[in-house]
Amino acid sequence: MSRHGKNPIAGALTLAAIAAVCATLVAGTWQLTRDRIAANAKAELERNLAPALGGLEYDGSLTAAMVELPPPHGLPGRDAAAIYRVYAAGAPVAALIAVTAEDGYAGPIRMLLGVDTNGVVTGLRILEHRETPGIGDGIAHDRSNWAEQFTGRALGAPPLGRWSIRGDGGDFDQLTGASVTPRAVVKAARDTLIYFDANRETVFAMQSAEEAQ
Amino acid sequence: MDWMTRLKTGLWEDNPGLVQLLGLCPLLAVTTSFVNGLGLGIATLMVLAGSNVLVSAARRFLSDEIRIPVYVLIIASLVTCVELSFKAWFPALDRSLGIFIPLIVTNCAIVARAELFASRNPVGPSLADGIGMGAGFLLLLCAIGAFRELLGTGTILGGLDKLIGGEPLAGIAVVDGGWLLAVLPPGAFFSLALAIALKNVIDRRNRATRATPAPRDAGRVAS
Ligand SMILES: Cc1cc2nc3c(=O)[nH]c(=O)nc-3n(C[C@H](O)[C@H](O)[C@H](O)COP(=O)(O)O)c2cc1C
Repeated sequence: MSRHGKNPIAGALTLAAIAAVCATLVAGTWQLTRDRIAANAKAELERNLAPALGGLEYDGSLTAAMVELPPPHGLPGRDAAAIYRVYAAGAPVAALIAVTAEDGYAGPIRMLLGVDTNGVVTGLRILEHRETPGIGDGIAHDRSNWAEQFTGRALGAPPLGRWSIRGDGGDFDQLTGASVTPRAVVKAARDTLIYFDANRETVFAMQSAEEAQ
Repeated sequence: MDWMTRLKTGLWEDNPGLVQLLGLCPLLAVTTSFVNGLGLGIATLMVLAGSNVLVSAARRFLSDEIRIPVYVLIIASLVTCVELSFKAWFPALDRSLGIFIPLIVTNCAIVARAELFASRNPVGPSLADGIGMGAGFLLLLCAIGAFRELLGTGTILGGLDKLIGGEPLAGIAVVDGGWLLAVLPPGAFFSLALAIALKNVIDRRNRATRATPAPRDAGRVAS
């Protein structure tokens, strides 16, 4: 099989050529699929809006008053964040905030946090993650009811110092055998609430993508 | 070897799951329903056929030193392409299979075919081998998935919407409820054991009727 004999240069060149072919293949597929993937991610996000709102009444469509915030936005996550403002009888009642927890066990965790204008969480939904099946994936609503413990919590309840998992002296349950994953989600939820608390007025004053057009 | 022989080898005689016992981790983990089995089976078949073709096309340039890195490169790239395609066209199925699509990279049945067949044979037969082995794996995943789904949840074709889109489908209810153990990990081992036993019984019958004492595992590639 040793066709290159002892010539390392030939081997390296072959490897480089094959790497170039493979990179082209992946780049081409990415080019072909990225618009559809982005559209699918958006559809998945929009499917989770109503569940994250926990049954609050609202006017019209949940997607109408969306703003996309390019980084740096002060919310958790390096990618763009999105805020869907929710109104009832013309007045703001809640915001659904899509953020990313960067420090999951197996990469970023995208999540959607619903918070009403009093700062109380209306619901938390995990949109996308790569946590280990059977270990960290309990954060997802189709795996366990772990994420439901956020509903009804706010920055003062529990106090800020206890917005962490039990293992770290906080009030939030972790998952059996997994603390990295829940720790990341609790931290991102807490930071989102802190952002919302500090920027409540500006959040509802921002121009939505539709209005800007 | 012609196409039919290659297909028959992969589908039956040297089936990667039933005979070579390769790729057991995904086989056991995702076969909780027919649709999941079918989804992972299609993805694996695509990677296996593609990697056999590319490895075979490159075989003249592969010295011993770079052989393994080239397999890894080719298989990882193809898995990435398949994963992106699933995310684009079958997002619900992608979500339900989750990490097991990227993990196709670690399915040793794929490296095994690259090393044992594609690196020594022309492109045509290598494609046939990839399709045969991939289809053998796919059919086994589907069969075990359907069996576990029927026993575990009492349905047939549940979650078909993940493949064809539309509203969530619960599938055709055959019996009410199910035997939970079948969809839990032990159910996977029991089902695989039953499938292997069934194959052995059929093989023995066939051999007995033909009355030609074919040597056991004839044509099997050492792995
Ligand atoms: C293969 C493997 C996968 C794991 N997956 C996760 C995971 O998805 N989420 C998680 O929080 N921990 C996961 N862990 C466990 C972590 O390594 C860690 O032990 C656990 O989170 C407990 O952390 P602690 O020591 O801070 O309590 C995994 C461990 C292994 C070996």
